[in-house]
Amino acid sequence: MQAFTQHTGIVAPLDRANVDTDAIIPKQYLKSVKRSGFGPNAFDDWRYLDPGEPGMDHSKRRKNPDFILNQAPYDRATILLARQNFGCGSSREHAVWALTDFGFRAVIAPSYADIFFNNSFKTGLLPIVLPEETIDELFQAVASQSGYTLTIDLARQQIIRPDDASAIPFEVDSFRKQCLLDGSDDIDLTLKHADEIRTYEAQRRQSAPWLFLDR
Amino acid sequence: MAGKSLYDKIWDTHVVRRQEDGTVLLYIDRHLVHEVTSPQAFEGLRLAGRKPWRTGAMLAVPDHNVPTTNRLRGIDDLVSREQVETLDRNCQEFGIQEFMMNDKRQGIVHVIGPEEGFTLPGTTIVCGDSHTSTHGAFGALAFGIGTSEVEHVMATQTLLQKPAKTMQIRVEGALGKGITAKDVVLAIIGHIGTAGGTGYALEFAGSAIESLSIEGRMTVCNMAIEGGARAGMIAVDEKTIDYFRGRPFAPQGELFEQAATYWRTLKSDPDAVFDRVITLDATQIQPQVSWGTSPEMVVPVTDKVPNPAKETDPVKAEGMRKALTYMGLTADTPIDQIAIDKVFIGSCTNARIEDLRAAAAVIGGRKVAANVTMAMVVPGSGLVREQAETEGLDKIFLAAGFEWREPGCSMCLAMNADRLEPGERCASTSNRNFEGRQGQGGRTHLVSPAMAAAAAIAGHFVDVRHF
Ligand code: SF4
Repeated sequence: MQAFTQHTGIVAPLDRANVDTDAIIPKQYLKSVKRSGFGPNAFDDWRYLDPGEPGMDHSKRRKNPDFILNQAPYDRATILLARQNFGCGSSREHAVWALTDFGFRAVIAPSYADIFFNNSFKTGLLPIVLPEETIDELFQAVASQSGYTLTIDLARQQIIRPDDASAIPFEVDSFRKQCLLDGSDDIDLTLKHADEIRTYEAQRRQSAPWLFLDR
Repeated sequence: MAGKSLYDKIWDTHVVRRQEDGTVLLYIDRHLVHEVTSPQAFEGLRLAGRKPWRTGAMLAVPDHNVPTTNRLRGIDDLVSREQVETLDRNCQEFGIQEFMMNDKRQGIVHVIGPEEGFTLPGTTIVCGDSHTSTHGAFGALAFGIGTSEVEHVMATQTLLQKPAKTMQIRVEGALGKGITAKDVVLAIIGHIGTAGGTGYALEFAGSAIESLSIEGRMTVCNMAIEGGARAGMIAVDEKTIDYFRGRPFAPQGELFEQAATYWRTLKSDPDAVFDRVITLDATQIQPQVSWGTSPEMVVPVTDKVPNPAKETDPVKAEGMRKALTYMGLTADTPIDQIAIDKVFIGSCTNARIEDLRAAAAVIGGRKVAANVTMAMVVPGSGLVREQAETEGLDKIFLAAGFEWREPGCSMCLAMNADRLEPGERCASTSNRNFEGRQGQGGRTHLVSPAMAAAAAIAGHFVDVRHF
């Protein structure tokens, strides 16, 4: 996993609630058996005016000029500002892969769907939760200054604003934070406890043998 | 000390170890695998030179990409075919049991798990699919995970988890005639909203939930995720236990009785404490129809399309306007005046035998309306399809002008050839009405199987109670 320590980037405002993972990456692209290459199809239905299919040259498709990520400088944005319940719906981790492949390193929103939130940490995309009022303020700040940038400092759990206004603190689970800072592999961490898993399994074989009718 | 909730009981029996910060290594009993969310996980295993921890805890099936017609010809779409063949290859390489596309037991992953007795009460069940919540209907802790977690479970048989908050949703009283589990869960989502359950594990309880059949309970738990919750669950009762007798993967004989004794303890203690409890009056629930592009945008069939001008929250009002534009609807239109183009009866929400019976019962020898260009029934599994044919349901559907298809996800998400064309309006028994879900530009209205069948015959939504 790509580590996340400190990041400065342009903030793209996506002003809608309940952005679902079907919208972030439509199903036809889930046919891929790879983990990369989803960036050109992030928000495909909103981004392009013509329908897309896997295998097309997406650079030749007609872009929707009204969609924020098609407008400079937001086409280079690396921080996504969003509304409540971001990433709801399908569990597809492809949604996170599409965002990171596009270039996003963090999302800032008042709330997220649980599975999306979890998936983000596994891929090195930092999902930051802030109160609604702060989100409103940020939407206003972005609207009043094109190319508005923020700096996210994970170690200090702070978002630093360009105008030197006070830093915005944010919460993050301590274990997940450490994993992101280190860019560590969860599976490696877990396998350090393989013996404990085996011990647990042996006990369960005794207490609930019907769970082990492996066939 | 307060009693334990059903969630606490299952959680506690699956803790392998606890970290200082409260993160737990949770043992996973059952891992269901499908073709869409697994290839990158298998690839990850291979790259790291790892093996699955316990292949006997896994069952794989292709469902999202499979065609629903002419299956013996194989899959025309090359990219879809590649994905299904990748699953076949991975299962063979790693020694994982798979019901391949032409196996009679193939079907939607959340239909076949219980049908085979692979799903069992008291287990932890995961799948790289958000509707894994379905399996909670059996008193299990079941939830969807992303592909990185799929790989983690494959490699370690565990997940790193923090406990969820708990919410009990009580539906009390008798359901009216013609009111189904789908109407109950849509009404719940309309009530709590699509983010209402975020961070919670839901337990559905109360007399109306207890009165539901096993199939109905699966419908309710299936859509816990549309209420924002990863997991939805229902206590075990004798109906649950009877359901598993004789299922291929379930224990048999004495071992079954031993398991059943334990399963009977799988209910929340009377003095269990929940972080939140809400109660709905079952007698007030009407047949539901969704009108917008989020499952919480739902109203009774007797109602009208809501008017954003009356919404005080500006973000919500804007969302409603966007939804109305996408759906091609005008505020204040009576729901039963909305005409439809297509009908889809299927998906892991509503493609079990009881759902097909309910839909067939509404038809009563009538025909699909002339303005409906396609009405299709896609059974949840090969075994459901076979059972329906034994009961003659296929004949009823075919005589009415429905298409009778082979099992899979089909037009629930339109990854295969079954889809809506831009602007087409569909009465669908599936679970998501997101923009483009059933095909780019397609417009989805979520309803129960009986309501979908009635709409097919009438050509527009109707109140199935007076049909
Ligand atoms: S039927 Fe629909 S919701 Fe269910 S698993 Fe398939 S695609 Fe997902």
